[in-house]
Amino acid sequence: MALNRKVGFFKGLKYKGGGPMWAWILHRTSGLAMVTFVGLHIIAGFLTQQFGSEAGIAINTIYENEIFQLAFFFLVIFHAVNGLRVVVLDLATPLLEYQREAIWLEWLIIIALYSLVIFSVLHDVMMG
Amino acid sequence: MTSRKVAKRGFNLDYVMWLFMRLSALAMYVVGLTGLTAALVMGARTQTDLGTLIRWTFFQNPNHVFSSDIVLLDNFINQFWQITQITMVFFGVTHGLNGLRIVVEDFMGSTIWRTLWRGFIFFAWIFMTLVAVYVVLAS
Repeated sequence: MALNRKVGFFKGLKYKGGGPMWAWILHRTSGLAMVTFVGLHIIAGFLTQQFGSEAGIAINTIYENEIFQLAFFFLVIFHAVNGLRVVVLDLATPLLEYQREAIWLEWLIIIALYSLVIFSVLHDVMMG
Repeated sequence: MTSRKVAKRGFNLDYVMWLFMRLSALAMYVVGLTGLTAALVMGARTQTDLGTLIRWTFFQNPNHVFSSDIVLLDNFINQFWQITQITMVFFGVTHGLNGLRIVVEDFMGSTIWRTLWRGFIFFAWIFMTLVAVYVVLAS
């Protein structure tokens, strides 16, 4: 019997995939977010550099917003560290057995790096 | 009932891009850490804030350090950093748009939308790479 690939949204929500599932979902969404914003940043950089355009400057001010920075850095750091986990587990296949442990380790690294970002952003907010 | 067609094993686009995603990720780590280490050696520890250092780590563009108190700007603006920027642009844009391609291939059936998406992604890849390299060479 073939696998049923037509799974509805709410039925999909009930799937209990745990850590690896959330890592997969976050990796995809963070990747799409990064493609969007890095793409916009390239366009904005080009417009600002070549024409001094208001639109380019307006787009780049989004990147100076502290809430945007906190959200975006989480996505970037997660994507980078999770990607490293995928690369390591793909290349060293015997380690695949410890996939769940790898995800715990991954979150520890993310928390350490991300708290540095939180400190830096909040420091900028408070010190002006 | 016919089962889904599975791509042939071996040397094909999916295999090459699978490998590329992993290698480009490692390459971007190398470029980023090179920028970070070099910046710290060149005085960034006392002459920039953390935000500037992070911007520089991700992309070694002169515009990313102009707002800081760097003394020897020449160390930060030269052809070596243009090469690392172009490397980062190539790997970053290709990695990102191939990621978009993987998502599209996963969720689109064989419809006209998939063809349109593939075309869009291909032209976006060429366009973004050229625009970004132009910005690097002109800044």
